[in-house]
Amino acid sequence: MPRRLDLKKVMVIGSGPIVIGQAAEFDYAGAQACRALREEGISVVLVNSNPATIMTDVEMADRVYIEPLTPEFLEQIIARERPQGLVPTLGGQTGLNLASKLSELGILEKYDVELLGTPLSTIQKAEDREQFRALMREIGEPVPESWIIDSDAALAELSVQDNLPWPLIVRPAYTLGGSGGGIAHTIPELLEIGGRGLRLSPVSQVMIERCLVGWKEIEYEVMRDANDTCITICNMENFDPMGVHTGDSIVVAPSQTLSDKEYQMLRTASLKIIRALGIEGGCNVQLALDPDTYAYYIIEVNPRVSRSSALASKATGYPIARVAAKIAIGLHLDEIENKVTGRTLACFEPAPGLLCCEDSTLAI
Amino acid sequence: MAEAVLVLSDGSVFKGQHFGAAGTTFGEVVFNTGMTGYQEALTDPSYAGQLLTMTYPLIGNYGVADVDIESNGVQVAGFVVRTLADVASNWRMQGTLHDYLVKSGTVGIQGIDTRQLTRVIRAGGVMMGAISSTETAGELLEKLQSSTSGYDQIDWVSRVTTKQPYTWGPSEADARFHVAVLDCGIKFNILRSLASRGVRTTVFPASTPASEMIATNPDGYFLSPGPGDPALLGYAITTVTALINAGKPVMGICLGNQLLGCALGGHTYKLPFGHRGANHPVKDLLTGKVVITSQNHGYALDPDSLPADDVEVTQINLNDGTVEGLRHRHLPVFSIQYHPEASPGPHDSNQYFDQFVSSMEAAKG
Repeated sequence: MPRRLDLKKVMVIGSGPIVIGQAAEFDYAGAQACRALREEGISVVLVNSNPATIMTDVEMADRVYIEPLTPEFLEQIIARERPQGLVPTLGGQTGLNLASKLSELGILEKYDVELLGTPLSTIQKAEDREQFRALMREIGEPVPESWIIDSDAALAELSVQDNLPWPLIVRPAYTLGGSGGGIAHTIPELLEIGGRGLRLSPVSQVMIERCLVGWKEIEYEVMRDANDTCITICNMENFDPMGVHTGDSIVVAPSQTLSDKEYQMLRTASLKIIRALGIEGGCNVQLALDPDTYAYYIIEVNPRVSRSSALASKATGYPIARVAAKIAIGLHLDEIENKVTGRTLACFEPAPGLLCCEDSTLAI
Repeated sequence: MAEAVLVLSDGSVFKGQHFGAAGTTFGEVVFNTGMTGYQEALTDPSYAGQLLTMTYPLIGNYGVADVDIESNGVQVAGFVVRTLADVASNWRMQGTLHDYLVKSGTVGIQGIDTRQLTRVIRAGGVMMGAISSTETAGELLEKLQSSTSGYDQIDWVSRVTTKQPYTWGPSEADARFHVAVLDCGIKFNILRSLASRGVRTTVFPASTPASEMIATNPDGYFLSPGPGDPALLGYAITTVTALINAGKPVMGICLGNQLLGCALGGHTYKLPFGHRGANHPVKDLLTGKVVITSQNHGYALDPDSLPADDVEVTQINLNDGTVEGLRHRHLPVFSIQYHPEASPGPHDSNQYFDQFVSSMEAAKG
């Protein structure tokens, strides 16, 4: 399908200030997307509250607004510019949250602005824990067993259940930094840590889950277009296993300790998930792989351009944000030119002849 | 580690260090862009007679394991890598790549600028080469230039095919279907993929006359992948012609696709540097869908040589437009140029085995 000719003006939301979780990677993505849209003859309206970005340079977009990223300000800009579409998945979590807010408040409907790329319902399905777990069960992809417990009685009842996947991790709800949690290997430990968690949690609630500490932490960057063509851009392996936060670790792309059977097993799972969610654009799938068997669990999915997609882009030379922007305006992967070779298409899987490491601890 | 040298017939010399077995080896120098799956590639009979170069720069990281073999031994003539991993780590591993190549008598070279080597091959096409830990570059070049038998003059299929017929998969009583395989260099994962669908296979040597295979009265025929130039395989093309005419479902993969095309009246040509990797986009012309495929072939069918009344090109490669699949317009006969059995590579197209099984179901009625 060629690009949608009804789209003349499109709005892109930037990611705002650079803080942890909204790193400069989103500027890289947003700038790429603006270029990709303008290449197709679309007029781009860019909004970002952070003037210290490349994307807010005057030549990146047709109109640049440096305004607070709130629904009130965005509504005024929409009323003035009247864009036909909005690309929400390129400005990190900030862009995504704002787009959801604009939709909830009826602002998009009022001004007839279409959300482009991955549908909002898909984003909700990926981000809502229960909806996501239900979808994973439906398509047969494993998620770690977990229980929400809100009383000592429920905790006691759980502790004596048969076939509990020991050890279990206990996470009290709404405590600062998850304090008061721990790993339980036995029933007495579970009762002790769980009981303490219930008392520490302001809402008297703990989540108990299969503990995956020590498993390999693997990610896949995948893309899908409206024709259901799915490709993997790159996978990544955390130097430290599950239990050490990615932000405290080193990420290696591509994975270095997976055999082809393991690599393909997790690739197949990632593509199955992006298909089931119906994402149109990029997506990041995080998985835990047992270091001693083929067992794995799906940890989470980011239905958007993320910190990892910037690393995957740099490691492979594949412009994820550029291609995601083209997909959002209706192009299929086999209709997008590969800028790197100039003669092939964006529909292939990069095979980088290199090993790329990112040490997040140095970046902060 | 001891010095070793890689010499190409165009005179290019690459100095490196030797690993695996010591000695000298000759072969056609080809490259594979896969990031994983080196053991599957090493044991793939389609690499017979070739010096396999991995473009991924760090190889051997996860060791070797028996579950990853695709035939009964290492098939490549030699192995070329940028860096051999010093330490291997994976729960399945039974040994290191270095020890594996020592045991199989395979000569390897590391420390080569594989990017430069790949550039030379992409620009000049695949060519003969030699790796040696014992001879000088000058000696090797002289041998390469005075040699009269290049890769393209040898019937590699006759060297890799099974000597005796054998069976694989469920017992006769448990099997849903029985398939006769023409073995030009079968990969175990094809037999595993069929077995997991309830198909028992009998694997025949490539020189088996069609009448012998037809006499076993199978539900279908499978034409395997394999090494080398299909134009040298007149005997196998005659066999395939008779198998098509037997009227049962036929499925071919890789060389099997080429043999099928030749049997139906087409011919093949040599690609400049082949397709070897796990990332080739292929478009299905019937559905408009695109899949990422695993590939390993140096020849392709000329689409204009195929009789359009009988044969339809069903799939093409999006990188260079070459033929990736065929089907017969009137008979339950189809083939694929890439590897739906993966191993190594993506599992996106294994439904073709289901399609083959369905066509046997339909034929059985």
